[in-house]
Amino acid sequence: MSEISVTKDAAPAADALVVLSKVNKHFGALHVLQDIDLTIARGEVVVVIGPSGSGKSTLCRTINRLETTDSGSITIDGKPLPQEGRELARLRSDVGMVFQSFNLFAHKTVLENVTLGQVKVRKKARKEAEEKARTLLDRVGVGAQADKYPAQLSGGQQQRVAIARALAMDPKVMLFDEPTSALDPEMINEVLEVMQQLARDGMTMVVVTHEMGFARSAANRVVFMADGRIVEEARPDQFFSNPRSDRAKDFLSKILHH
Amino acid sequence: MNVLSDNFAMFREGFLGTVELTALSAVLALVLGTLIAAFRVSPVPALRIFGSAWVTLLRNTPLVLLFLAVTLGLPALGLKGWDSFWLAVMALGCYTSAFICEAIRSGINTVPVGQAEAARSIGMTFSQTLGQIVLPQAARTAIPPIGSLLIALAKNTAIASGFNVTELGSVQKTLNAASGYNIYVIFLWIAICYIIITFTISGLFRLLENRLAVAR
Ligand SMILES: Nc1ncnc2c1ncn2[C@@H]1O[C@H](COP(=O)(O)OP(=O)(O)O)[C@@H](O)[C@H]1O
Ligand SMILES: [Mg+2]
Repeated sequence: MSEISVTKDAAPAADALVVLSKVNKHFGALHVLQDIDLTIARGEVVVVIGPSGSGKSTLCRTINRLETTDSGSITIDGKPLPQEGRELARLRSDVGMVFQSFNLFAHKTVLENVTLGQVKVRKKARKEAEEKARTLLDRVGVGAQADKYPAQLSGGQQQRVAIARALAMDPKVMLFDEPTSALDPEMINEVLEVMQQLARDGMTMVVVTHEMGFARSAANRVVFMADGRIVEEARPDQFFSNPRSDRAKDFLSKILHH
Repeated sequence: MNVLSDNFAMFREGFLGTVELTALSAVLALVLGTLIAAFRVSPVPALRIFGSAWVTLLRNTPLVLLFLAVTLGLPALGLKGWDSFWLAVMALGCYTSAFICEAIRSGINTVPVGQAEAARSIGMTFSQTLGQIVLPQAARTAIPPIGSLLIALAKNTAIASGFNVTELGSVQKTLNAASGYNIYVIFLWIAICYIIITFTISGLFRLLENRLAVAR
């Protein structure tokens, strides 16, 4: 699974799933995303790393339009992201998102969290939705917690429920924004293992993370961002052992020696 | 000699008048207030502007003026044939909706923004996100102030007596004019009637609060 092409200028391949082209975004005077070009192939796992404030979260959030963009285009499976309304909602349901702070629906049980989107968005029958939810909860190892509320779960369990909630929509691509950064160290692996499995199963994934172990073992490509730009893209082994840009060298020296 | 037993039918009619006026205005205020709160947090600028204009206008107009505007203004606009009771419901409901809207909106502001983002990220529409995720969580903070607003509404219904509506305020005026009775005793009974209504409202809201507290 490490064979997938990493050449940055590979023309949008036939099976390009997410294509960002010349995407720009400002927060007031701050130019957070600068001419971002990024193509993610179906089944590819892309890890995005970079210093804090470099625009990784914003990049992730523009892919399902939780953040608007100022210019450029984003297409998912060939369709440009709609501006607003029902069309956008429909497209979002195909893009799973996992947040740093889990964001499970606090007033709903774990089972309801995983069922709600299936029933309300996919219009599935409740019984069918619950069956699927239980299967997914078992798959991420929290089947026994189905009737609890999010606050009764550990962080690691909550994040696995959040992954199950996103998977319940049968997304074409999953976005992870620092999914393990809010977790106590002993819970990081249980979440990473779920993500590894997902990668092995062929899910298309964009993962913002500083977990080098995950990047090395699961990613097809590492994208290094700094100051709102994609500075470097490479296969994980190349990137970690032989970064080309000074920014990447500097960044890696800081996170690898502490 | 007893004001209450001598005029029981009148008291009952006034009491029921106040209860009906309060209940119907409350329903109107809750429906409108929720709708306007939804406008105020919606992604559509025109709706947001309409919502804040509604709140600003109604919250800053004295209720008596609003009664005048409704009772004189609506017929002048061609909406004739409304009886004074329904005009009073309109005035009280619209007035109170502005405050309810703000109570709901401050409840919405206590719900972490990540909740709505998570809902949107699984493809829920604006109204689904609001109805399924945000409002149920906002309710816990919004319920106590809404209880207070409905108690204020119950007392505000007394203004309707000046506009030809039969309710407790008008009973008091009639009895005061009828003389023969001690004005303080009349006042006492009227006050007790209001207390029954306001205590019922606060009791209901305490129940609601407890229910929501248990269902985390
Ligand atoms: N909603 C916002 N409003 C204004 N500035 C923001 C907002 N979100 C992020 N930023 C700024 O944009 C920059 C990039 O943020 P972010 O994408 O979160 O970076 P990263 O995830 O790489 O740490 C930061 O300087 C941050 O302060
Ligand atoms: Mg971030």
